[in-house]
Amino acid sequence: MSTQTNSEQKRAVALISGGLDSLLAAKVMLDQGIHVEGINFYTGFCVEGHTHAIRKKDKAKPKRNNALWSAEQLGIKLHIIDIIDEYKDVLINPKHGYGANMNPCLDCKIFMISKAKQWMQENGFDFIITGEVIGQRPMSQRKDLLPVVVRESGADDLLVRPLCAKNLDATLPEREGWIDREKMKGFSGRNRKPQMSLAKEYGFEDYATPAGGCCFLTDKSYSDKLVDLWQARNKKEYELDDIMLLKVGRHLRPAPHFKLIVSREDGENKFLQGYKKRFGFIEIKSHNGPLTLIDGELSDEDLKLASRIAARFSQGREADIVTVKTTTKEGEEKLFDIPPMPSSEIKQEWYI
Amino acid sequence: MSQYKLDARHTLCPMPVIKTQNKIAELQPGDLLEVTCTDPGALNDIPAWCRINGHLVKETHDNDDEVIIVVQVAS
Repeated sequence: MSTQTNSEQKRAVALISGGLDSLLAAKVMLDQGIHVEGINFYTGFCVEGHTHAIRKKDKAKPKRNNALWSAEQLGIKLHIIDIIDEYKDVLINPKHGYGANMNPCLDCKIFMISKAKQWMQENGFDFIITGEVIGQRPMSQRKDLLPVVVRESGADDLLVRPLCAKNLDATLPEREGWIDREKMKGFSGRNRKPQMSLAKEYGFEDYATPAGGCCFLTDKSYSDKLVDLWQARNKKEYELDDIMLLKVGRHLRPAPHFKLIVSREDGENKFLQGYKKRFGFIEIKSHNGPLTLIDGELSDEDLKLASRIAARFSQGREADIVTVKTTTKEGEEKLFDIPPMPSSEIKQEWYI
Repeated sequence: MSQYKLDARHTLCPMPVIKTQNKIAELQPGDLLEVTCTDPGALNDIPAWCRINGHLVKETHDNDDEVIIVVQVAS
């Protein structure tokens, strides 16, 4: 532990994602006597256990926000910043393009570090910490791209990457002796063993290891739904509710001008109830069944088709007739007695 | 000491935490804030955020459809 006194103690803001690397990077700096506070940016696309916990079957799983958990392990403050609106331009117009799906990883990293720099300046901090490791996924950590992040974010040599600092040029905090370069790490590549070993050394257990990364935009199924949303609206734009709903229910588009979101169980049913004022919806009256949201303007024939699909997912799926109530977003209600659609008639291409 | 209410229903974490954080930034030490949420994850996250930032969770209620968390702002 460093012996810096409070009067000379430097202050660093650490980007805390909730993953292991940012946890370790902050810990390396804390061990050098740096005052560290965490910052976590919420884009709307962040993978959180709670999103999955909407579904009742997942309720037994522990629910925690991993960024908060990390901060608590470190004993530091965490500032969670809503960047939903500002992030739209990053996603819609990424200067460096998308990754394998709709993930604008490099633009996202540049944006977040530029926001961290702004926060650092506004709050009297001295430098920025990230858990980046050279050569590790995602692509924004490629060796040739790390300098791009430094340059385009405007962080310049105030951006410290404690886990791979020994592989990089010395930053201002190193050159000025605020931190000891020799106590930094020289990790590189996709091998996770050095991080796991360091976690063990620090006594960190039960840390998050998200299989699909920390962002829904890296997920193909989610990205497909987002692209469908933009195509249907004929413009690349979204609100928070739009992107929340992409995480919930079965999404079917039986015709270009409307989409159905069919809840899969009680938890999703409850969640979708909150959207009944914004969307038209279908309720199964004669049997237990899902709540179905309607996105689009539907004719009576469309409503019957949609009702037959919704009935297919109800407990009346084998019945001859199911009674269904449709409600438009203007509040107009209609009752239909319809035969549920056989599964063989539900076209695979309707599923988004 | 004043009492306030915050409606964070129909939002998913971390939005209830962000709303709580932003509201508390406007309040005075000792004030009480009652937060109502529909995301059950808030029952873990808001107390975790309070522990990190030194605020006191006075009460929590889980009535299946909604969770209520009462926070006293740190002095």
